[in-house]
Amino acid sequence: MNAIAQPINPARLVARQQKVLQDADWVRWGLVAIAVGFITLFICVPLGLVIFQAFSKGIAAYWSALSQPDTLSAIKLTLLTALVTVPLNTVFGVAAAWAITRFEFKGKSLLTTLIDLPFSVSPVISGLIFVLLFGAQGWFGEWLSAHDVKIIFAVPGIILATLFITFPFVARQLIPLMQEMGNQEEEAALSLGASGWRTFWSVTIPNIKWALLYGVLLCNARAMGEFGAVSVVSGHIRGLTNTLPLHVEVSYNDYDVVGAFAGASILAGLAIVTLILKTALEWRQANR
Amino acid sequence: MNNKFTNIVFAAVLAVLAASEGRAADINLLNVSYDPTRELYKEYNAAFAKYWKAKTGDNVTVNQSHGGGGKQARAVLEGLEADVVTLAIAFDIDQLYQKRKLIPEKWQSSLPNNSSPYTSTIVFVVRKGNLQHIKDWNDIVKPGVSVVTPNPKTSGGARWNYLAAWVYALKHNNNDEAAATAFVGQLFKNAAVLDTGARGSTTSFVEREIGDVLITWENEAYLVLREFGADKFEIVTPSLSILTEPPVTVVEDVARKHGTTEVATEYLKYLYSKEGQDIIGKNFYRPTDPEIAAKYAKQFQPLELVKIDQFGGWDVAQKKHFSDDGVFDQIYGAGK
Amino acid sequence: MSKSSIMPGFRPTIGFTLIYLGLVVLIPLSTLVFKSFQLNWDDYVHIITNKRVLSSFRVSFSTSLAAALIAGFFGFIVAWVLVRYSFYGKRFFHALIDLPFALPTAVAGIVLATIFQPSGFLGKLLIDTFGVQVAFKPLGIVMALIFISIPFVVRTVEPVLLEFESSMEEAASSLGATRLQVFGKIIFPNVFPALLTGFALAFARGVGEYGSVIFIAGNIPYVSEIVPLLIVTKLEQYDEVGATAIALTMLVISFVLLLLINLLQLCGCASAQDNSKEVRT
Repeated sequence: MNAIAQPINPARLVARQQKVLQDADWVRWGLVAIAVGFITLFICVPLGLVIFQAFSKGIAAYWSALSQPDTLSAIKLTLLTALVTVPLNTVFGVAAAWAITRFEFKGKSLLTTLIDLPFSVSPVISGLIFVLLFGAQGWFGEWLSAHDVKIIFAVPGIILATLFITFPFVARQLIPLMQEMGNQEEEAALSLGASGWRTFWSVTIPNIKWALLYGVLLCNARAMGEFGAVSVVSGHIRGLTNTLPLHVEVSYNDYDVVGAFAGASILAGLAIVTLILKTALEWRQANR
Repeated sequence: MNNKFTNIVFAAVLAVLAASEGRAADINLLNVSYDPTRELYKEYNAAFAKYWKAKTGDNVTVNQSHGGGGKQARAVLEGLEADVVTLAIAFDIDQLYQKRKLIPEKWQSSLPNNSSPYTSTIVFVVRKGNLQHIKDWNDIVKPGVSVVTPNPKTSGGARWNYLAAWVYALKHNNNDEAAATAFVGQLFKNAAVLDTGARGSTTSFVEREIGDVLITWENEAYLVLREFGADKFEIVTPSLSILTEPPVTVVEDVARKHGTTEVATEYLKYLYSKEGQDIIGKNFYRPTDPEIAAKYAKQFQPLELVKIDQFGGWDVAQKKHFSDDGVFDQIYGAGK
Repeated sequence: MSKSSIMPGFRPTIGFTLIYLGLVVLIPLSTLVFKSFQLNWDDYVHIITNKRVLSSFRVSFSTSLAAALIAGFFGFIVAWVLVRYSFYGKRFFHALIDLPFALPTAVAGIVLATIFQPSGFLGKLLIDTFGVQVAFKPLGIVMALIFISIPFVVRTVEPVLLEFESSMEEAASSLGATRLQVFGKIIFPNVFPALLTGFALAFARGVGEYGSVIFIAGNIPYVSEIVPLLIVTKLEQYDEVGATAIALTMLVISFVLLLLINLLQLCGCASAQDNSKEVRT
């Protein structure tokens, strides 16, 4: 199986070009123009609009929108959610990749497919299932209300829905890479007497670190940006259970355009900065 | 002896609590409401907090959740712990009794005026100049007029829109239901966008510049003028419309659990006070208090208002018009 | 890869994987199945074959198909350009590809609606020059889904293009093949399985997309009403069972789609390896 978003080391991109047969100039520039045009239309223009709207009333308005108590608490909740979900899904991703790529067992295809499943489940359904499970009329509803445990319409529900949505990201990054790598290096280390842990830390991790980092970044971006599923389980209480994406929608519906896009600009900015940072790190590492 | 010791500990704990909280209790209420009441409750919550502080010394913070009526009622049913609900239609609040008995059966008689402290109606917003010369309901069903309204399946406000058109059609067709169905059908054929909520429709009309006419709450229409400029939009009040009665109630089950029954009840009662009614009028809802209503009478155009009771109440209207395969579904299904 | 007896950690990792998978994904998803048991088969069929439900399936599938095809075509070009050519600002574009993952879908919907609305700067251009309205028509749904689909296609195709053996290309052209022949006979067939995977992932994601679509779709029944919106509508009508029936149907469809993708991948990888071996020997 292959992955979406398999990591690319840009340094390898450069090395690559020298080997490849060159296409005619007009083909090259034509294709570059199409690609750049497409990305500009579908990604740069929307991004530009977010930034333009966020600053449409000046920097002061932008800052005051961001320093609203409701915005701050939305940012806090979003960070908390990412802080819980990303490490959990990272540990899971590494464990699942290890089990799937280092061992043969029955039902491996099925397991891989199940891991992918949250990718293609509609966000509406992702939220609904947790309501069916923990809602007052759900499976555990009575028990939860008898013990005064709040899951849905509170922080745990938001975290659970986000866990579900971002479940496959790290695993999907690692599985194809570790599959391709094979396990000769690890076997060598083990046969030389290294312990399992030691082999993992000093052989496996250095080999997969970029893919792992990339998976974590994507997982984090999605955890912070998820809207649909979280919207179902949040309850939309201002200042309490609104994550940043929900706060954006609320502000927009309050006719607070600057507030809405200021929130959106943070999410977009965070994602782009981390991705550019990661690309830059890889270049330095590769050129060293 | 044991008792004495307990008392001392208890007193000490109280003293610590009182010291740390400055004697006044901090009370949190959650008001789960529908979409266009954002501005109203923002102002009202501040006023109530002030009133309650003066009266009891306690600090009340009212948290707000806004969204489509059906979605909000469902959230409360699934465990969103709202102390009070203030929704667009009685049908949605009634589900809190029907499905989970969170409120008493006769909830609507616990506060004056069928538990509706404010009323409103359904009007049109058109672009400045009113190029299509829209004056009344029969103008917006003409071919070529592009209409913006939310979807009655997902928006309480849109159900009021639909019923207002229905009443008008009945009246002008000698109560012929087939003719009324055709009339409302024509109206929804003219719909350019069916958003899921009233706010979404306003955005489509105002910011997306879709459509010639927006059918919406009267209060929402005046808010559009205030927020986006009376130089860009005009309000057209039809000759006849429906009297919308958005009801409020304390979710007794939740309030009892939170120990907030008293303050939640007072919160809703204060809506009926002169101060509450004044805030209501200021936010373009129609006050129910005759004195305050008279004060704000001149901000609204006069029109004939019909009550939902004429249809036999929400249960009947809901079943007949908005259930699966009801009249609304038939309208869209007919042409297919 | 052969079975390795000295590899440690099978039990803890597979155990943790299965438990975590069960807790976070399978148990929650199983609620849909159990809820649907409240229906008998005839009721289920009645709900699913309702005209409006069927037409929303048609809308969802046709727009996702169109979006995945367009994103597949352009995404392939983007991946090609990113892997094979160098140009100014490439690193920046490379980082931008993942933006659709990070931007909340509601923001994407609002932004795309602003751009493509009849008075928006692209929407106006399209109406003036081609007489085509994009926003609030099914075409608007396609636009939103293209945005969502981009990273799926680009990031699936990219690694395969990168790993592609240039020796095969060199061999072919030294035998006198034109560039177009090399591309058509050697490169494309090898990349095709990956492209198909990216396409299928984009398609599966598109069918379920909600947040970005409702802002730009217009949501007119029988015209631009998508399946997830119908699920939400049913829920807000207090018809949980009807909603779960539709949701379960969607779940089964996406599961089958994904299973097909994974099988495709297995075949694809195998045949690609065969090809490269043949050329080498």
